[in-house]
Amino acid sequence: MSITTTTNRRIPDQLTSPVSRVLRSWESLLLLVAVFIFTLNSFASPYFLDPWNLSDATFNFTEKAMIAFAMALLIIAGEIDLSVAAIIALASTAMGLVMQAGFGTPVIVLTGLATGLICGGFNGLMVTRLGLPSIVVTIGTMSLFRGISFIILGDGAFRGYPDSFAVFGQGYAFWVITVEFVIFALLAVVYAVILHRTNFGRAVFAVGNNPTAALFSGIRVARVKMILFLLTGLMSGLAAVCLTSRLGSTRSSIASGMELEVVTMVVLGGVNILGGSGTIGGVVIAAFVMGLVTFGLGLLNVPGIVMSIFIGLLLIGVIALPRLWSRIRSR
Amino acid sequence: MSMLKSREANLTGAILLLLALIATRFPGFVAPANLMAVFNDTSPLMILALGQMVVILTRCIDLSVAANLALTGMICAMLNVAFPGLPVAVILIVALACGAVMGAVNGLLVWKLAIPPIVVTLGTMTIYRGIIFLLSDGAWINSHEMSASFTGFPRTPILGLPVLGWLAIIVTAGMALIMARTPMGRSFYAAGNNPHAAVYTGIDVGRAQFRAFVISGTLAGLAGYLWISRYAVAYVDIAGGFELDVVAACVIGGVSIAGGVGTVLGTILGALFLGVIKNALPVVDISPFWQLAISGAAILVAVTFNSRSGRSRGRIILKSAGQGT
Repeated sequence: MSITTTTNRRIPDQLTSPVSRVLRSWESLLLLVAVFIFTLNSFASPYFLDPWNLSDATFNFTEKAMIAFAMALLIIAGEIDLSVAAIIALASTAMGLVMQAGFGTPVIVLTGLATGLICGGFNGLMVTRLGLPSIVVTIGTMSLFRGISFIILGDGAFRGYPDSFAVFGQGYAFWVITVEFVIFALLAVVYAVILHRTNFGRAVFAVGNNPTAALFSGIRVARVKMILFLLTGLMSGLAAVCLTSRLGSTRSSIASGMELEVVTMVVLGGVNILGGSGTIGGVVIAAFVMGLVTFGLGLLNVPGIVMSIFIGLLLIGVIALPRLWSRIRSR
Repeated sequence: MSMLKSREANLTGAILLLLALIATRFPGFVAPANLMAVFNDTSPLMILALGQMVVILTRCIDLSVAANLALTGMICAMLNVAFPGLPVAVILIVALACGAVMGAVNGLLVWKLAIPPIVVTLGTMTIYRGIIFLLSDGAWINSHEMSASFTGFPRTPILGLPVLGWLAIIVTAGMALIMARTPMGRSFYAAGNNPHAAVYTGIDVGRAQFRAFVISGTLAGLAGYLWISRYAVAYVDIAGGFELDVVAACVIGGVSIAGGVGTVLGTILGALFLGVIKNALPVVDISPFWQLAISGAAILVAVTFNSRSGRSRGRIILKSAGQGT
């Protein structure tokens, strides 16, 4: 202890109390932002605090958040998947084909999930077997997957999904709680347990922090990454089921640009884009923040593209401001 | 070095093979006039890809180039509508300045705040697009609102090739000169190849990245005016998703996404490869809906191929090291 007092060193962070660490964490800052936006919204528009409106607002983020959970794990492990929106397009197209062939809801749903899994597996194989950088692979598959959807659908559309299929995107579990929200909440718990309470979760952090060290400590790095790509593909398939069910139709331009919103959600949630750190709790709060911002601005008749300015500013702002603050303080 | 050269030779071979295949069914495609038209059509992609190459060399990525292009184009078009008498030279300076400022914003965030480039440019991409909407209120600016000199400039033919194509050649020559013959150009390679070693040789890696973003932004600004005036229309979604084509051109051209490896010639060939495919599809009667899937497959094939040649080079180094000890 005498060293810290004599040599004017900064006190190591282990010495701060757990309470102040929680208070200063990224998640609490984000929660503060969420509460602030919520309060602002309820003053700005009289329609905001209606339970049915709030229930509608959850659609703004539930589908994206499903993918964001898996993407968070993938980014923590040091990889990224930019093809998720294209996987949605391909999975939705596959579901449309199966539907036209006359199959019922269970087969349609399974087709969507399987397509997602196959696409994720393809990404994973390219990255783990050929040792290619994931950003390049998924920029390629992003064009490839949506391109296949374009070839099949052109400028046409699949319509006429069976009524029983509508439950995923349009159904309510009870009162104002939607089926999608229930799926979102369940997945949040599942992913939080996987990442923060299992050996696999520790392996994900280890791989992201130092893949070489992880390999030498007996972690099968390629297998961990492969599983994460498969999971991200599966979640994109699930999001495709929900989105297709909600829209009731498939076009090849479905969910275009969604990959950026998913990545924004993950980064906003405090996951280090360079890998190695992050929490599912942060992603959950980030999902609410993004949902609240888009919904609140929507109630104020702000067009979607202007909302995207706010999302972009939010993304850069939440990362830049703490760094700016620490720079000013260190001077 | 010989491996790098052979990579460009391979790509040239691939392009020639592609042209030969098309020529067997449609000889008209390889007529000089048509090849010139293909080159001209690929010019904006070449200009943007050269900027992107510099950014990728320094281990960064610029996903905001298409949004930068669209915003600069909209500003130029609005300027032209407000002051129809403004000479093209002034518009060009405005375009370069606008692009440079947007590139500098990216660069400053990466350099001074050390935010990962992919995050910065994802953010600025949506912000720049949004600003176009705020400026234009979502309205289109159509050809009849633009002055004749404004839309005519990139189409003016000089020796058979329009100004647009000549500008691509000038930018290529300029970039080749900068990359090979100036300390700044070499610093991009150094900063990307080994940032720590670059610091010890007195290169400010952050500053090199900042300069790379400014170059990329400036070229995007130039391409912005050229795009708007060539197609004679400006609206919010112009060149949407084009940033991926630009990155694809670099990757196909052998620019390593890990930084430090890439040449001007390779990048140009990468862009031309995509340009030939894009222009050939309607000729060989394949639905344009195939284009997206084909360029995606081309990226995957190219990056697989490049990593193979890169890996064998690595093995040779390891072998000689093993023999030495």
